[in-house]
Amino acid sequence: MIGPRLRAIILKEILAVLRDPRARLILIAPPLIQFFLFGFASTMEVNNIRVGVLDLDGGQWSREIIERLAASPNVRQVVALRSDDELRAAIDRQRVIAALRFDPHFSADVAARRGAMVGAVYDGRRSNAAQIVSGYVERIVGEVGASAVPRMMAGRGGRSLASHWFNPNLEYMLFVMPALVAVIAAVSALAVVVQSVARERELGTFDQLMVSPLRVHEILVGKMLPPMLVGLVNVTLFVILLPSVFRVPLTGSLPLFYLALLFYLLALTGLGMLISTLSATQQQAFLGMFAVVVPMIILSGYASPIDNMPGWLQVVTWINPTAWFLTISEGTFLKAMPPGQMLANIWPLALIAAGSTLAASALFRSRME
Amino acid sequence: MDDDRTAAVAIGRGVSKRFAPDAPMALDAVDIAILPGRMTGLVGPDGAGKTTLIRMLAGLIAPDSGDVTVTGVPVDRVDRSLIGYMPQRFGLYEDLTVIENLRLYADLRALPLEERADRFARLLEFTDLARFRNRLAGKLSGGMKQKLGLACALVRDPALLLLDEPGVGVDPVSRRELWALVRGLVGDGIGVLWSTAYLDEAEQCDTVFLLSEGRVLHSGLPEDLTGRAAGRIWQAPVEQARRRAMLREALDLASVIDGAVKGDAIRLMLADGAGRDDVAMLEQVAGGPLTPATPRFEDAFIDLLGGGPGGTSALARDYRTIADDGGAAIEAVGLTKRFGDFTAASDICFSVPRGQVFGLLGPNGAGKSTTFKMLCGLLTPTEGTGSVAGKDLRHARADARQSLGYMAQKFSLYGDLSVRQNLRFFAGAYGLSGRAAADAIDRMIAIFHLEGQVDVNSGGLPLGFRQRLALACAVMHQPPVLFLDEPTSGVDPIVRREFWSHINGLVERGVSVLVTTHFMEEAEYCDRIALIYRAEQIATGTPDELKAQVGRPDATMEDAFIALIEASDARRQAA
Repeated sequence: MIGPRLRAIILKEILAVLRDPRARLILIAPPLIQFFLFGFASTMEVNNIRVGVLDLDGGQWSREIIERLAASPNVRQVVALRSDDELRAAIDRQRVIAALRFDPHFSADVAARRGAMVGAVYDGRRSNAAQIVSGYVERIVGEVGASAVPRMMAGRGGRSLASHWFNPNLEYMLFVMPALVAVIAAVSALAVVVQSVARERELGTFDQLMVSPLRVHEILVGKMLPPMLVGLVNVTLFVILLPSVFRVPLTGSLPLFYLALLFYLLALTGLGMLISTLSATQQQAFLGMFAVVVPMIILSGYASPIDNMPGWLQVVTWINPTAWFLTISEGTFLKAMPPGQMLANIWPLALIAAGSTLAASALFRSRME
Repeated sequence: MDDDRTAAVAIGRGVSKRFAPDAPMALDAVDIAILPGRMTGLVGPDGAGKTTLIRMLAGLIAPDSGDVTVTGVPVDRVDRSLIGYMPQRFGLYEDLTVIENLRLYADLRALPLEERADRFARLLEFTDLARFRNRLAGKLSGGMKQKLGLACALVRDPALLLLDEPGVGVDPVSRRELWALVRGLVGDGIGVLWSTAYLDEAEQCDTVFLLSEGRVLHSGLPEDLTGRAAGRIWQAPVEQARRRAMLREALDLASVIDGAVKGDAIRLMLADGAGRDDVAMLEQVAGGPLTPATPRFEDAFIDLLGGGPGGTSALARDYRTIADDGGAAIEAVGLTKRFGDFTAASDICFSVPRGQVFGLLGPNGAGKSTTFKMLCGLLTPTEGTGSVAGKDLRHARADARQSLGYMAQKFSLYGDLSVRQNLRFFAGAYGLSGRAAADAIDRMIAIFHLEGQVDVNSGGLPLGFRQRLALACAVMHQPPVLFLDEPTSGVDPIVRREFWSHINGLVERGVSVLVTTHFMEEAEYCDRIALIYRAEQIATGTPDELKAQVGRPDATMEDAFIALIEASDARRQAA
């Protein structure tokens, strides 16, 4: 049963977040902006592409490939080209990201089983997208080849056919969105919690709070709960939107994911309380947050894999809660991580959470004066 | 008046300003004229529009309507070096030394290089800051900062000197020095505008503009306004223990429109038209003869606003009676606080019995806030002990806190929360829940007339309402002890009267109060006062005992304050 004092401070802290226009902005803006930013950026790159075709053959098999290409959901338009000059111009002016060129005897070669060739030109200025498109094209051409010459797949073709597990099309979004969950949770929860003590110090209400009979643990719980709720709401929003809107497969255990999230948010709010307790003004608190959040994201494996970091830096990432939660989030969404593996990543998070919460409460107690 | 206007250094005609479409008028058709060689006072409570008007006269903001001229030229085209402006805060660069601040202002105001040495020397001598020329401005005392601010405003001979509340944060000794400095400038023919929330400063000005809620209530000689209370101010000596009850009874009479405790006497203002009979009736209440007293500027202001509140406090009527357990309500035994090798408070000892008001007085930074904070548990004393309602602050912090109500200087409420949400939070924080909390909140709303404001954010309330709400939050749980840290800074005198009528009522119920204040008239309400100076408790006694130490029969609380501080300085120098 929650006593009246604890209830009062929890309610007050929630209201403080909801009624302060600036805090409200912090609550809604970053997740929404990131969401749309990443959502749009990724659709612009992989989907909606235009592919040019110079079909000098006009036979059965070249038409088959072109039709399949046009039917692909990633391709918006197939542009018919009439000469090599036109092909060059289309790539140059970025009308198309890729162009296929069929020799006049392409279908004949296929029919004669002589080993037919398709020429493909990609726009190297957009290397990332071009690489993904090259993947599509190779697959389509391979499929057509296989249906024309059933033995080719197993045959002496000698070409390796790469297949990407978990994310067959290497869709950027499938990979980045689960990682983004860890980042959004960190930014939104920290942004709220770092303000909580600093705001009261700056506005002069802190003394008033300290002379009230509220116990230290009640103040801490009251101040750490709302930011955790904010993180929880934001992450839940993503858990709903990721599979439904972005079609990121949700394959792992949701209860374990939420258990990890709980510890992750606790670790974050503890860290935020440390920053807030040390800051005299809201501005200091904000700067303190950025000083922490940027290295936390960089050292989480979000931008570059931890395995590529120097050994000593990898050790540093062990105390980074974002690194652990990133693994869990990617595991839950893409990898169908087994429960044992999840738990192996959860207990370090729990340790970090306990450490940061204890440190925050010790510092808060010692700085009560 | 027309002749005056042609000679005036600065004139504002019908200036109005509104900061937001739905906000009240910050200034409403204000006329003001500042004459050379005169000390013009701009007087009014916080939020009256003083700073807005000063910034307009300095050309920093434009009025919505009306016009401002300085030396006959519209203010937006006037030569800025003719205007000396000393803002309330942020006027100095705290990380620069005294002389660097002067140099910076000389640069900003394009003072020719060859004139500087001579001018700086004169200003430093004039403000007595020559000894501190290489000290950082941030390390100066409040009074010295204001003197430096004044020097910076004077780097070029201004025709108009605008001083925005130069007396704030300055102890009475430095305030008198500052006043004397500015008086000297007026003698040189400069037009000076001195703004203040202290009404006693108004009395000493040559001309006064009294501002309230953006309107000029009075302009002219201060005596003209004070005159309206002439013959209506009476004083009655009363027995110390009875003075609060007596004041309450007197204020409940229809013929008495204002009253206050003055040491061992009560001071009353009768309604306009009250006669001999009313005085006789009062003498009956007081049990002794009434003597006429000199009207003050504040009396006239209160009269102009329609008189103060009645004597009976609705808050006190519903308050529980605090039982007398024989022990002290607040006790300080050898309280000492050191920060490193700096001693902020040294060996403070006093004890406040149940049902008394104890005042902590002293210049800023002297140690009164440190003492106050040690007693309410915000600071842990280095040595000594403090207790509240018999509970030791070190060992029973939470219990001790449950028995105190706390109200701080800047009304530390949650500005983004509505009035009702603030009340709800403080009810809960003090352990009230369910029916008890709802009843307490409803009672506070009714007593303090907050009905119309319950859903307004407390940050948007007028100062008077914020002050009421702060008191409501502090007393909702009916504590036996109240801690008040400069509770009525900046509010208008009516709100201050109302506040003290509540406090007096609570004290009659047995509540004990510890108060820090800058207002000397507020000190008069105290049963006993401790004066803290340079971390030491240099004097303790009733207001009248302290006044008696000056050696003059008509000495004011401020005289006592200054005399005691000077005596302490003299002792220290002799030692």
